[in-house]
Amino acid sequence: MTMTQTARRESAFGTFARSNTAIGALFMLPAAAFLLCFLTYPLGLGVWLGFTDAKIGRDGIFIGLENYQALARDSVFWMAVSNTVLYTFVASILKFIFGLWLALILNEHLPFKSFFRAVILLPWVVPTVLSALAFWWIYDAQFSIISWSLIRLGWIDTPINFLGDPNNARASVIAANVWRGIPFVAISLLAGLQTIPQSLHEAASLDGATSWQRFRFITLPMLTPIIAVVMTFSVLFTFTDFQLIYVLTKGGPVNATHLMATLSFQRGIPGGQLGEGAAIAVAMIPFLLASILFSFFGLQRRKWQQGGQD
Amino acid sequence: MSISEQTNIQPLTDDAQGMSYLNRLPRRIVVLYLPLAVFLFVLLFPFYWMAITAIKPNSQLTDYNHYSPFWVVAPTLDHIKYLLFETSYPGWLWNTLVVSTCATVLSLAASVFAAYAIERVRFTGSRSVGLMIFLAYLVPPSILFIPLAVIVFKFGIYDTKLALIFTYPTFLIPFCTWLLMGYFRSIPFELEESALVDGASRWQILIRVILPLAVPGLISAGIFAFTLSWNEFIYALTFIQSSENKTVPVGVLTELVRGDVFEWGSLMAGALFGSLPVVILYSFFVDYYVSSMTGAVKE
Repeated sequence: MTMTQTARRESAFGTFARSNTAIGALFMLPAAAFLLCFLTYPLGLGVWLGFTDAKIGRDGIFIGLENYQALARDSVFWMAVSNTVLYTFVASILKFIFGLWLALILNEHLPFKSFFRAVILLPWVVPTVLSALAFWWIYDAQFSIISWSLIRLGWIDTPINFLGDPNNARASVIAANVWRGIPFVAISLLAGLQTIPQSLHEAASLDGATSWQRFRFITLPMLTPIIAVVMTFSVLFTFTDFQLIYVLTKGGPVNATHLMATLSFQRGIPGGQLGEGAAIAVAMIPFLLASILFSFFGLQRRKWQQGGQD
Repeated sequence: MSISEQTNIQPLTDDAQGMSYLNRLPRRIVVLYLPLAVFLFVLLFPFYWMAITAIKPNSQLTDYNHYSPFWVVAPTLDHIKYLLFETSYPGWLWNTLVVSTCATVLSLAASVFAAYAIERVRFTGSRSVGLMIFLAYLVPPSILFIPLAVIVFKFGIYDTKLALIFTYPTFLIPFCTWLLMGYFRSIPFELEESALVDGASRWQILIRVILPLAVPGLISAGIFAFTLSWNEFIYALTFIQSSENKTVPVGVLTELVRGDVFEWGSLMAGALFGSLPVVILYSFFVDYYVSSMTGAVKE
């Protein structure tokens, strides 16, 4: 009696062990353990920390929305928010325009095309911090090569104060970000361009379409799904950017170029106010979701309008 | 050039050249080569500037009146010598190498199993797990580093290489899994089915059938993951305190930049040498790299 029961239980366990669910769960285990431990848990912990007054070396106690109320009155925080939005908006648009342009150029029949394609990706491959150091030297207040060239050309009289003036500094970091982002956009869009059949262009030009019309009515619609994804990624990376600002300006002059990520670091780690830093990081999430939804669905909608799937 | 091509009878094939033969050379120069040259100049100039600064003697570095800043008269290896023998730079290179390699291997192993399970085992809820993996890829490190710092501290691995080896997979695993899912999808089901009929277990199928076929995917994911961990900055900046455990990006920025006296020569040499390993790796595997970059976007 008992033996048959255990035998039956074993076989039940045996079928479960051989079922896809068990095997799947077993195979998922390492990845799931890592992600739960170091991604999901920290995400929750970050939200919790935002509601506490935790400092380095001291567990915080729950203080409700105090951090957020303090941030709402904090002009530096609002400056960081507007900087981040401006930075993301301008840099993403510029990256898209130049990236698409470069992709269109590379899509033409060129000698040494694969060499150009490989070389153009370099800014994306090298560590951001290290290329940002090169930009720091290029933007040097006294010995900037750009200022020197412009003075030599007779366009300006005094060296440009690239990183010392708030507006110049914002423009400079955006330029450096665009420099790093163009290759990613260009190469990804190039991959999309290469899937567009040449015969469509030939048919259109037989029908008398100009090159602008071919671009507008063939290339762009065919490329829209990829543009949506590439720009979603680009917006996401730009919005959460930390390294460029940290190297080039550290948020200065006088907090004028702080992004939300750098402000969060500034307050949280060197400042020791873990709770406040976490609150700033959490405040990024709604913006992040909004920008993802905007760039994803805003562009995705055109896909089904033109008869694509979904 | 185009007239002879036009008068020749073209074979009826969709050749890759498309209609570009219609463009005359002057037009191609203005529309294609000129913008391309400008793009190349702008995109590559910082590297040239880095390299030329790294070998310039200090006297020429800030004297633009007597020496053209674009060229170097008597190149010197002083900055590089200083960097390699009088700073902890070689140690940082070693740390970065160890951390990147361990994190990449760890993530690849976990991702292979996860991607295989999601794509081929088809357990209940595998689709939503796949979607969650994609969403995990979208979680940026800059909102995780503060809570992660707390966790790393509680685990007692603060200021060790282990802190980085364990946290880098948070962005590597979602990426590698997503990429490998695409690769596994392209491997025909029939191979797996015939292996099943021959009595192979899931484990044997994965090791003997799927993995050998997915080698290009593994290389792509590995290269990209290695580059991502080599370039990582914010975790390394937050979790590492002592000089001997720093990675190259953090070390160069926090230890070589001292006060107001910038050693631009050695700073640029440090940036150059820190970029070199990934650039060399990249130059050997350009196609894999590009396919993993565009692959992650296209899925």
